[in-house]
Amino acid sequence: MSKQMTGAEMIVEALKDQGVDTIFGYPGGAVLPIYDAIFQQNYVRHVLVRHEQGAAHAAEGYARSTGKVGVLLVTSGPGATNAVTGLTDALLDSIPLVCITGQVPTHLIGSDAFQECDTVGITRSCTKHNYLVKRIEDLPRILHEAFYVAARGRPGPVVIDIPKDVQFATGTYTPPRGVQHKTYQPKVKGDLEKIKQAVALMAAAKKPVFYTGGGVINSGPQASMLLRELVKLTGFPITSTLMGLGAYPAPDPQWLGMLGMHGSYEANNAMHDCDLMIAVGARFDDRITGRLDAFSPGSKKIHIDIDPSSINKNVAVDLGIVGDCAHVLEDLVRLWRANAVHPDKKALDAWWGQIESWRKRNSFAYKPSKETIKPQYAVQRLYELTKNRNTYITTEVGQHQMWAAQHYHFKEPNRWMTSGGLGTMGYGLPAAVGVQMAHPDALVIDIAGEASILMNIQEMTTAVQFRLPVKIFILNNEYMGMVRQWQELLHGGRYSHSYSESLPDFVKLAEAYGAHGIRCSDPADLDRAIQEMIDSPKAVIFDCVVDKAENCLPMIPSGKAHNEMILPDFDADLGAVIDDKGKMLV
Amino acid sequence: MNAPASAPSPYSSALGKSNIESHTLSVLVDNEPGVLARVVGLFSGRGYNIESLTVAEVAHGEQLSRITIVTTGTPEVIEQISHQLERIVPIHKVTDLTVFGKSIQRELAMVKVRGKGENRVEAMRLADAFRAKVIDATTESFVFELTGRPDKIDDFVELMRPLGLVEVSRTGVAAISRGPDPI
Ligand SMILES: Cc1ncc(C[n+]2csc(CCOP(=O)(O)OP(=O)(O)O)c2C)c(N)n1
Ligand SMILES: [Mg+2]
Repeated sequence: MSKQMTGAEMIVEALKDQGVDTIFGYPGGAVLPIYDAIFQQNYVRHVLVRHEQGAAHAAEGYARSTGKVGVLLVTSGPGATNAVTGLTDALLDSIPLVCITGQVPTHLIGSDAFQECDTVGITRSCTKHNYLVKRIEDLPRILHEAFYVAARGRPGPVVIDIPKDVQFATGTYTPPRGVQHKTYQPKVKGDLEKIKQAVALMAAAKKPVFYTGGGVINSGPQASMLLRELVKLTGFPITSTLMGLGAYPAPDPQWLGMLGMHGSYEANNAMHDCDLMIAVGARFDDRITGRLDAFSPGSKKIHIDIDPSSINKNVAVDLGIVGDCAHVLEDLVRLWRANAVHPDKKALDAWWGQIESWRKRNSFAYKPSKETIKPQYAVQRLYELTKNRNTYITTEVGQHQMWAAQHYHFKEPNRWMTSGGLGTMGYGLPAAVGVQMAHPDALVIDIAGEASILMNIQEMTTAVQFRLPVKIFILNNEYMGMVRQWQELLHGGRYSHSYSESLPDFVKLAEAYGAHGIRCSDPADLDRAIQEMIDSPKAVIFDCVVDKAENCLPMIPSGKAHNEMILPDFDADLGAVIDDKGKMLV
Repeated sequence: MNAPASAPSPYSSALGKSNIESHTLSVLVDNEPGVLARVVGLFSGRGYNIESLTVAEVAHGEQLSRITIVTTGTPEVIEQISHQLERIVPIHKVTDLTVFGKSIQRELAMVKVRGKGENRVEAMRLADAFRAKVIDATTESFVFELTGRPDKIDDFVELMRPLGLVEVSRTGVAAISRGPDPI
């Protein structure tokens, strides 16, 4: 039904029609009409964050844990620029967001008005698409189109910049009814001929490996189910990127653990030595490939991706299949079954024998301690004590993030929210707020570092206001540990500005926010303390005092190949491992 | 960066090592604000080359514009550029005219030459040979208008240099496919 209403009312109406029940935002002069419209309805819940970056990450957490589009609302100028980091984060990790920004009235655009900034200019390169709405007539179409563009194909953030006069103007609202974009119609079905070729390659493989990524998660739970089915049918080993964790259940024996810079020895060696790589929704990022000219030199490569530009971008592949993971996996499973394919059992057994010998190196091992809490041990205990609950994990960025990926084992998709592509410190707490809003009864834990957590610590107030019992589990090593580790490796142990000076007392900080604070430094007391955190009905800051000098291993040093990993039992000089060329890389 | 020029970066893709080619891309876009900025931003943001870029509306009623871009890179990089362009939401279609088949490329140039005596006569003679038109003249200068393939214009400009070349203004390349079918 078309109805007459103001632009501000249209925005709320469109959110309703798009099934949005929760948005994250922060008010200001240029969005007051929209806030007024929000005030006068009770369908859309508004979560007041304490910084617009937090709104973006919260919307990301909401989106990633539900599979829906995340929505944020911010004012013009500083509101928009504060959101830029979160938009970029969502672009790099392909998270569907719609970000509504207020803008100065159209007649003031270009006059350097108060709180004016060129929002579409600034966000052009950090969004999938953006709009400046200059006429009320265009608003309903653009609102619906934005949701379509954000969610279709390779998902990403979309900005709608709406001048204040357009929010006040009256026009005709039209509901979404079969939105179709005239140019943007991504291909979801894979080319059947190519899928047949893929089955043939897979049937003939002697040393195959599945390499899966965040695309499988983005494709929806069905894609994960189909992936599991295909992996079981074929008997092939599977590894995944940081972004893909959870698509395949980690406790399964065919799972090799995460691959890449801090991935497992068996996963990286399997990638290096395989004769067939089946990449599904993964993008051959430099954290995954290591040295490109030595990347999996002897393999044929199949690459399934919804984004044609991902195929042959970093690594030339033999067979590129453009399509949505779930659709292509469905065809693969069907053809594999229909052809009653029997892979080379003897060759596969030998390959598994090789993989088991790599697995025996136990590359995530560490030296246990009775005196200090080892960060890996802390994550392991956290996993053991929470694995049978309805748990969601977010992280900040640094060593703790990698330890979380290595030692927390996911069995389902959408349970793991981390900033992979951009590596944004300060992501985890607001993301946890977003997750907890979507899953009020779940246990939501941000595995954090003491440095990262301070980047968006203000969101504690949001958590307390909305009674969100998020748990912040800080692996406090008093260092920007990942920076310290690189300084040890690359810069002669000169720890320039990587010590976390003048830290707050995190227990008192929790109390200051009206949350619950816990500190633990004794390995023997750790389980009890974690249980206290779980049992608390409040938001918790857990200051887990860990070994300050621990390095995150194993590691593919920059500029090296998959089969040149440093393992935890490495005892020569770490500083001598990386050559000058490697030092230039990030 | 002080690595020897011959040493490839360890992350340099194995893709980037074959020959550099020049390709002409024809890009049909919705004529909406910011679309050119998106295209140009893609090239600068990802470090691709633009040798020439032209844009004008081609179907007024449908609000369609054609952007013609001449770019250089390895075939792999050029394929990447096409795919990256296709990701831009208001882009309808990207055609690599260099791969697509036979295409025609034309550019218009205006060339100002200043001189007297023998140089002036010689400039006129060459302009005739190139079928350039005189569109402005004074007793000591000409402005020639010349249409043709970009390399023909390059040649003409080189010939004018010793004869008193003052300045050149070029439109950039417009291109279309040969034969009865659209691009
Ligand atoms: C916004 C931002 N600034 C800087 C960095 C660079 N950086 C990566 S990890 C890291 C240190 C993180 O320290 P902490 O949160 O204590 O985690 P730890 O590595 O000690 O586990 C820094 C500074 C970043 N990733 N993000
Ligand atoms: Mg730290």
